Amino acid sequence: MYSFEFEKPSTVAEAVAALGAEEAQALGGGQTLIPTLKQRLAAPAKLVSLSGIAEMKGVCVEDDGSLAIGGGTTHATVAREAADKYPALAELASHIGDPAVRNRGTIGGSLANNDPSACYPAAVLGSGATIRTNARDIAADDFFQGMFTTALSDAEIITSVRFPVPQAANYQKFLQPASRFALVGVFVARYADGVRVAVTGASEDGVFRWGEAEQALSREFRPDAVMGLRINPMNMIGDLHGSKEYRAHLVGVLTRRAVAAAG
Amino acid sequence: MPKDSGIGASSKRREDVRFLTGSGNYTDDINVRGQAYVYFLRSDIAHGRINSIDTSDAESMPGVVRVFTGKDFEGVGGLPCGWEVADRHGAPMQEPPHPILAQGKVRHVGDPIAAVVADSLEQARDAAEAIAFDIEELPTVTDMKAAAQEGSVKVHDDLKNNICYDWMLGEADNAKVDEVFANAAHVTTLELTNNRLVANPMEPRVCVAEYSRGTDEYTLYTTSQNPHVIRLLMCAFVLGLPEHKVRVVAPDVGGGFGSKIFHYAEEAFCTFAAKACNRPVKWTSSRSEAFLSDAQGRDHVTTIQLALDAQNNFIGLRTDTYANLGAYLSTFSSSVPTWLHGTLMAGNYKTPVIQVNVKAMFTNTVPVDAYRGAGRPEATFQLERVIDKAARELGVDPIALRRQNFITQFPYDTPVALTYDTGDYNGTMDKLEAAADLAGFAARRAQSEANGKLRGLGINCYIEACGIAPSNIVGMLGARAGLYDAATVRVNATGSISVMVGAHSHGQGHETAFPQVVAEMIGIDESMVEIVHGDTSKIPFGMGTYGSRSLAVCGSAMVKATEKVIDKAKKIAAHLLEASEADIELKDGQFTVAGTDKSVAWGDVTLTAYVPHNFPLEVEPGLEETAFYDPANFTFPAGAYACEVEVDPETGKVTIERFTAADDFGNIINPMIVDGQVHGGIGQGIGQALLENCVYDENGQLLSASYMDYAMPRADDVPFYTVDHSSRTPCTHNPLGVKGCGEAGAIGSPPAVVNAVIDALHSGGKKVEHIDMPVSPSRVWAAMNG
Repeated sequence: MYSFEFEKPSTVAEAVAALGAEEAQALGGGQTLIPTLKQRLAAPAKLVSLSGIAEMKGVCVEDDGSLAIGGGTTHATVAREAADKYPALAELASHIGDPAVRNRGTIGGSLANNDPSACYPAAVLGSGATIRTNARDIAADDFFQGMFTTALSDAEIITSVRFPVPQAANYQKFLQPASRFALVGVFVARYADGVRVAVTGASEDGVFRWGEAEQALSREFRPDAVMGLRINPMNMIGDLHGSKEYRAHLVGVLTRRAVAAAG
Repeated sequence: MPKDSGIGASSKRREDVRFLTGSGNYTDDINVRGQAYVYFLRSDIAHGRINSIDTSDAESMPGVVRVFTGKDFEGVGGLPCGWEVADRHGAPMQEPPHPILAQGKVRHVGDPIAAVVADSLEQARDAAEAIAFDIEELPTVTDMKAAAQEGSVKVHDDLKNNICYDWMLGEADNAKVDEVFANAAHVTTLELTNNRLVANPMEPRVCVAEYSRGTDEYTLYTTSQNPHVIRLLMCAFVLGLPEHKVRVVAPDVGGGFGSKIFHYAEEAFCTFAAKACNRPVKWTSSRSEAFLSDAQGRDHVTTIQLALDAQNNFIGLRTDTYANLGAYLSTFSSSVPTWLHGTLMAGNYKTPVIQVNVKAMFTNTVPVDAYRGAGRPEATFQLERVIDKAARELGVDPIALRRQNFITQFPYDTPVALTYDTGDYNGTMDKLEAAADLAGFAARRAQSEANGKLRGLGINCYIEACGIAPSNIVGMLGARAGLYDAATVRVNATGSISVMVGAHSHGQGHETAFPQVVAEMIGIDESMVEIVHGDTSKIPFGMGTYGSRSLAVCGSAMVKATEKVIDKAKKIAAHLLEASEADIELKDGQFTVAGTDKSVAWGDVTLTAYVPHNFPLEVEPGLEETAFYDPANFTFPAGAYACEVEVDPETGKVTIERFTAADDFGNIINPMIVDGQVHGGIGQGIGQALLENCVYDENGQLLSASYMDYAMPRADDVPFYTVDHSSRTPCTHNPLGVKGCGEAGAIGSPPAVVNAVIDALHSGGKKVEHIDMPVSPSRVWAAMNG
């Protein structure tokens, strides 16, 4: 780890100001950034910890019935506090990493990092959630812009994420055997105005919506509705743990299982 | 009634008190006043010519003590290989130098280029980044068959090619082997890979070296399975130091699995640098470094052919194996694909004609050496897979085919140089069939199918050769070491006993099991006996722990030394009791004159030995004896394993539902420890079969270089095991009749798992012949849809 300055502000405004410094970097739960620093693969001049900002923490229901989660909320807190409001989301959070990761890692950190195999992007995109930053609201459909790439600008902080709560939803994760990230993960959510299907782990372009499946399931919310649909393997990830074709196949299998489990 | 102490009792592991309460003393816990830290600058390319290294900037960085490169080690020996294998024509293997720091070329990712010693690790690392070097990247070779081609990139310029040796064992007459196959009623052929593994002990390697100018003495603390072997190799072959000036200590060691047998460059470096810098020098491997510098395991590519006659008797076996040795010869790497692999190709079967061919290859990869089982898992995997395939092709029951071909008469001379002293393979298979409830398999399969899953049953038999010996034979086969062991039994004045042993315990439970033997022999409480190990200044010259040898070899030395102690104690007792030595009996810690009630207690005799006021004049005072033991033969544990898997036909995911092991380990000292050893071995075997895979790309970059991509088995990847070791044919040639149990699980389980997966797929109508390990969901799905 190289030397760096460290700041731990207690408000979003202070954090934004601190991030204005040259080569400053926001630190969420540190579950990706700290290992990267230890490997000397990153050398920020200043780390701005977001973990002391009370206004960025917690889970609550908004007036419109949507579920708002502070950007600095840990996975463990979401797993616990969202359980009765959005069970599929809480279930997803309860299977990220291990207990240590879940008690340090935050939803804002995960989304800002946008790891192509992370779980949260599937829930956010699959729910059509809104990412609120210190500067603006960003729709999930506009937020994810490819592997490790988002709509966030420098010094922009995710303060909360608002999830419309679906009628039914489920997340199916097929584990990459080593990292236990999603080799493929599919989040299916059924709303009054249609079904959303978001896929993580599979694509070279990061999390994506499977439009064909959404249309088919919006017509008929049954596993069989997507039986004949195929994902083009071309843009899938192919690596040690699974070929492009295998990942494309898993997208179908997991979508059917998610629909069955969502009921 | 199970015993509650002594031989056969499941005494609780006394060492676990400190391991489980965080009070162990591991090498990284050792800090010497004034120590500096070394950081190794390692090559990030797999093959390159070093044109220049400029350390001047690094040397002026804060905290830097000294920067070393290969130049500092000119005139210093390289790391030796402990086994010279002769090729099929009797010529010695090609043996390239293995420098402490790279000289001239780097040959694998992780090869150390330079080493910085500094006040802190971070300073050393900062300085390493300031080393300027010009390394010209060269084409690489990582594939063994490509490495064997004429005109291949050469890993070592001074060798004639990349083939370390082209070795053969068994029937040398090709025409005779061809004739057997030509006359066979059926021939089964299988091509398979034994996947490369990374050992991954929980504790990474560490060494701390210090040098005393006042006494000209060195101490090296290191994570080793065999401190005396390290001292000998380092002193005699690398640094040219007299052994009496060097102490090597291997304190608590957090797992070895073979990877801590070998003498590594970092050990010699720290010892050398401690004097050169006049500072203690410490190195602690990071997990990332462990992936690039610990010797790796397995990595064979094999074609095996089994010939059967019209009655399904095995009549011939021929194998052609490429074995990857990596870029350099690690300490015992040359012996693994040869004498630890070819000699096991008879397995449990009376195949009369066997020919084993092995080409051992240098490639631009991390060196490969022994890993739990070492050669024997590779042999068992190919043999048991080809038998399983033959049974399927012939439409016969795989257990019946094995039983029909079992060796049943002992001793048995195999066509591949071993003499099995004893065994009961049918009896062990009987135990397996009962313990695994094979009769209930059909019902379990039906239940799985009702749940949409395919269920398979995989059977496997194994034989293992442990306690490799005797020294005069292994010497003829090229070993550059003896393979005996030693123990000193030191009885203290009040009757407690310290036993100094050459074996090293790094998870095996010696501190519990060894005292059970001594306590039983004398008839005293186990708590009166303590094992001392892991320090060359305390223990006699023994060869350490590997190859499931500790109890069979070092334990035998301990028995002999204890017998000497008892003999002498009887002389003293006879004197005290005014009786003839021949009439003295020792039972329950009491020496009694036979047929009388005259007796004297163990503690009275031991006190007399050290306070010899009333003492036989012809006997020396004291009570301490040493014995060395060189076994007459290997020991041959054997077993039969059954694995039941479920395969999810939609995803290809394999789940192990049941795993049953029936082992014949001969006599057993501590059944609980044996169970644990088997559990751990099976876990590692399941890891190899389903999860673990060490993969290099064509440029020699390690793709599975961290736990993000190298899949270690976790608790939920393995089932609860059923282990039965009631089948017991005691070893005929060691005093305890013990055989060794440390590697059995890792040897016996991979083929059982793969056989089960293939069986499951066939039950679902998928005629898949083979899937290479790891049998990952992706591979199973591809095979089902291929």
